[in-house]
Amino acid sequence: MAEGLGWWGVPLAIVAGTMRGGTPFLFVSLGECLTEKSGKINLGLEGTLLTGAMTAYGVSYLTGSPWLGILAAGLAGLVLGSIHGWLSQQFRVNDVAVGIAMIIFGSGIAFFFGKPFIQPSAPQLPTLNLAGSNVSPAVEAALQISPLFLLGLAIAPLMKWFFQSTRWGLYVRAVGDSPDAARAMGVSIFKVRMLSIMAGSFLAGIGGASLSLYYPGVWTERISSGQGLMAVALVIFARWNPMICLWASLLFGGAQALGPSLQSVGIKQGYYLFNAAPYVLTLLIMIVTCSPKRTLAGVPGALGMDN
Amino acid sequence: MSHRQVFGVSRRQIIRGLLATGAFGLTAKLGTGCTSASTSTSTAGDSGGGSSGKDEPITIGFIYVGPKDDYGYNQAHADGAAAVAKKFSWVKLVEEANVPETTAVAESMRSMIDIDGAKALFPTSFGYFDPHVLKLAKDYPDVQFFHAGGLYQEGTTPKNIGSYFGYIDEAQYIAGVVAALTSKTGKLGFVAAKPIPQVLRNVNSFTLGARSVKPSVTTQVVFTGNWAEPIKEAEATNSMADQGIDVITCHVDSPKVVMETAEKRGIFSSGYHANQLALAPKGYLTGAEWDWTNIYSQIAEEMHAGKKLMDGGIPHILRGGLKEGFCKVSDYGVAVSSDTKQKADAVKAKFMDGSIVIYQGEIKDNKGNVVVAASESLKQQDPKLEQMDYLVEGVIGSIGS
Amino acid sequence: MQTWRRTLESLCLSFGAILVGLLLFGLFCALAGANPFEVYGLIWKAAFGSSSTFQNTLIRASPLMLSALCTALPARLGLVIIGNEGALVMGGLAAISIGLIIGTALPPILVQIAMAVAGLVAGGLWIGAAGALRHYRAVNETISSLLLNYIAIALLNHLVGGPMRDPSSLNKPSTFPLAEVNMLGNIPGTRVHWGLVYGLVACLITYFLMQRTTFGFAARTAGGNVRAARIAGLPVGKLTVMICFLAGSCAGLAGMVEVAAVQGAANESLNVGYGYGGILVAFAARHNPLAAVLISLLVGGILASGGILQRSLNLPDATVLVFQGLVFLVVLYSDSLYGKIPFFKEKPIITTSASPPASPGEEPVMTA
Repeated sequence: MAEGLGWWGVPLAIVAGTMRGGTPFLFVSLGECLTEKSGKINLGLEGTLLTGAMTAYGVSYLTGSPWLGILAAGLAGLVLGSIHGWLSQQFRVNDVAVGIAMIIFGSGIAFFFGKPFIQPSAPQLPTLNLAGSNVSPAVEAALQISPLFLLGLAIAPLMKWFFQSTRWGLYVRAVGDSPDAARAMGVSIFKVRMLSIMAGSFLAGIGGASLSLYYPGVWTERISSGQGLMAVALVIFARWNPMICLWASLLFGGAQALGPSLQSVGIKQGYYLFNAAPYVLTLLIMIVTCSPKRTLAGVPGALGMDN
Repeated sequence: MSHRQVFGVSRRQIIRGLLATGAFGLTAKLGTGCTSASTSTSTAGDSGGGSSGKDEPITIGFIYVGPKDDYGYNQAHADGAAAVAKKFSWVKLVEEANVPETTAVAESMRSMIDIDGAKALFPTSFGYFDPHVLKLAKDYPDVQFFHAGGLYQEGTTPKNIGSYFGYIDEAQYIAGVVAALTSKTGKLGFVAAKPIPQVLRNVNSFTLGARSVKPSVTTQVVFTGNWAEPIKEAEATNSMADQGIDVITCHVDSPKVVMETAEKRGIFSSGYHANQLALAPKGYLTGAEWDWTNIYSQIAEEMHAGKKLMDGGIPHILRGGLKEGFCKVSDYGVAVSSDTKQKADAVKAKFMDGSIVIYQGEIKDNKGNVVVAASESLKQQDPKLEQMDYLVEGVIGSIGS
Repeated sequence: MQTWRRTLESLCLSFGAILVGLLLFGLFCALAGANPFEVYGLIWKAAFGSSSTFQNTLIRASPLMLSALCTALPARLGLVIIGNEGALVMGGLAAISIGLIIGTALPPILVQIAMAVAGLVAGGLWIGAAGALRHYRAVNETISSLLLNYIAIALLNHLVGGPMRDPSSLNKPSTFPLAEVNMLGNIPGTRVHWGLVYGLVACLITYFLMQRTTFGFAARTAGGNVRAARIAGLPVGKLTVMICFLAGSCAGLAGMVEVAAVQGAANESLNVGYGYGGILVAFAARHNPLAAVLISLLVGGILASGGILQRSLNLPDATVLVFQGLVFLVVLYSDSLYGKIPFFKEKPIITTSASPPASPGEEPVMTA
């Protein structure tokens, strides 16, 4: 197909970008959602994301199996999560501070051990081709779907169901909303939070794997442009609802694609400001929807408290 | 204690990592072995250094703004530095990577001089120059500072500062020729970091090269805004592929993403900084590569011979292109036809004998203004070219931020 | 009553934590194949070994002191602000704008004062906005200040790359340079710029403000219990906005110092992580401005030693990140040990009430 798509390229890029660029957001925000539901914030997911990306790439390269890489990334996340979970629950230790220290520690670990893996090419995750055989290559490329994206797509409703309808989900919500009530129920707050944070970090590690093994599919030290930190805002944007996390991740992913694709059809000015659009949007939505008179629907009551 | 688990995992990774490094070190050695064979000056310096009485080691310091194994700009410099240290036994190399362009770099340079006794420093990032290198050079008049890309101005810049850089746009010009002759759609793409002169010059030379053989060819440029934005680089590549562009090159810190994404989309790519053939075996056409080994060896030898910037023994401005060996063109990929190869080699020959001027008037920018008058012929050394602030005719894009 | 035991406790715990951090880092280095004792020797040499290397530490510490206050002050109100980077960037942008507008029309000292005020106000408004949103719209201040960081950085890149760009700043887009006479010089006899003094003075002033004035007392009371503070008639909203303004202005001043003492122009080097470093310093200092000075020096030392680890031992550049991360994790953990070590227990039974913790009626949750 010799002719380009022209302006049709913009919506196409956004659709493709939502799926490609949204996948890491999706995993990290679901992980953060689970973590925050239990009443703790984990800013350290940025470090977890980087460690996950490095581990996945390294393991995939060394073993030749990207699936093993994904598993390893999740496990690496689990380990970092256990540090955060344990430390942030100590008396007088603030979870935001631990998170930022974990960003430094996690990225340090990722960069330290990731040096040998920058150069080589690791086997990438296979993608599923949803398009028929008689579409243009552009559409075909846009419809290359990663199994990781589908996995994330499945986890979101599953997590919603988990919160709403399972006993364990109830425990997590109780611990996050009102630790006193949870204690009265005989639930170990420490254990529930520890497991939630570890599971959340596991997901964030997989989010990192999707960066290095799917899109953009490399391991470099600048692979994450703050997705881990943004996920924290994204969860609030999504009101701690896993399904809205899904939509919000797609939105943020699409926004990443907007800048470059607009330039390629001739819009040139202000790409730095374009790139800041998701942040401005999140802030505006927070300003509009928050109110001092009532608490947000879905907000875990114990979030940001020192207990 | 949970830390131990981290170490457990990591240790295994270290061992594997070390194995991997070893393997890559081997291949890297093979690579440099090939290049050093072509430089004939090395043997003379080697024997001189080995036999003469004044065999005192010279400590030289290299500072990089990013990780020194980024498969891009910083790695090109680090490879050059490593090659020099390997070639001359009397060179002691000290390196620091990931040094931001703040007081951090001033302190790094100071500590290289004070603690390690460095006699010459190579701060390789443009942003180190003003004010940090300028300030340090005044504090240490006996130390020589070689800066990559800075503007040396006779009379105002301290005498112990030298500036070196390569005209890699010559290689981009040839890459443009290859791209235009290989492209089926006549649309080329350029993923660029920031609209600064060095980048614009590459975009323009690439386009001029392409249009020298096929005047109808256009180059779409997309600025990502930062030196390392892997996701935006991939998005830019994808959206250009959607627009029917079928050859993509780039000027970002680490071209790996662009090359691999282009290969996935089944379009051609042209590399930058280093040879990226391994990343895109099918679509890689050629590429513009740095070759800092020559210039670094040359400076090291001159220093060894007792020459100095301060007394004019080493020139303050060192610039060069293909001919001087500052850069090179990657070997052509499988997709390049023999006819194209011939034409590109002919252009290369002209660069080697100095009979071609890229910025030969009349050149218009993409808004229709004349930027190089018909009578003008801007040679590569022309300082005007280092202040480029336009995109030539045939480039689609603009340089507003 | 604060007695020698409490002082000793905080000293022992802080230094103990740093020692444990060093120990863990040594272990890490040993696993990475470096001799830990050599590592310790080099760190000492590079950070505190001589007056020259100590100046290196001081230079790296000075932006952290100001930046740390941006988190430390609101923390007394129970707010977690992480917008240091954004406030610093905005302060730098405002300072350079004023400096360029005035140019050389006024004597340098006045220009510098105007620039400092611009930095203070811009940074203050930036974080003050987060405080106001917190109070009047109940927007989570941690998240809003995080978002404001990204917005400030985008604004910086946009302005520096376009509207405010000096065309002669070729390959590193910057604003027009500040006139040489308007630059902040160095402290005589050293190579440390006046920013260090700014940082020390700011830490001292805020310490007295928070600990010794009614304003500080009101803030700490409100931080302890908002409802009680309201009943007591304290203007909680005003306090929130004022403290946030003050906090932001400290980071803004750090931006002004970066512009006026280091870069001489505003460019992307304003955004190199002083903000995030400052957050950790604040938490590690338990939000005490005087302790923040010491912790800043420690971090400055760590950063100063990062180079020598690369040069002498060929450790990768990421080593210093691991080092920093380990030290901070251990220092944060050490906070939880207060009052747990029997030796430091006070003999009288008046238990913890000296400095107000984040929320009253809290109890340690140790169900594991």
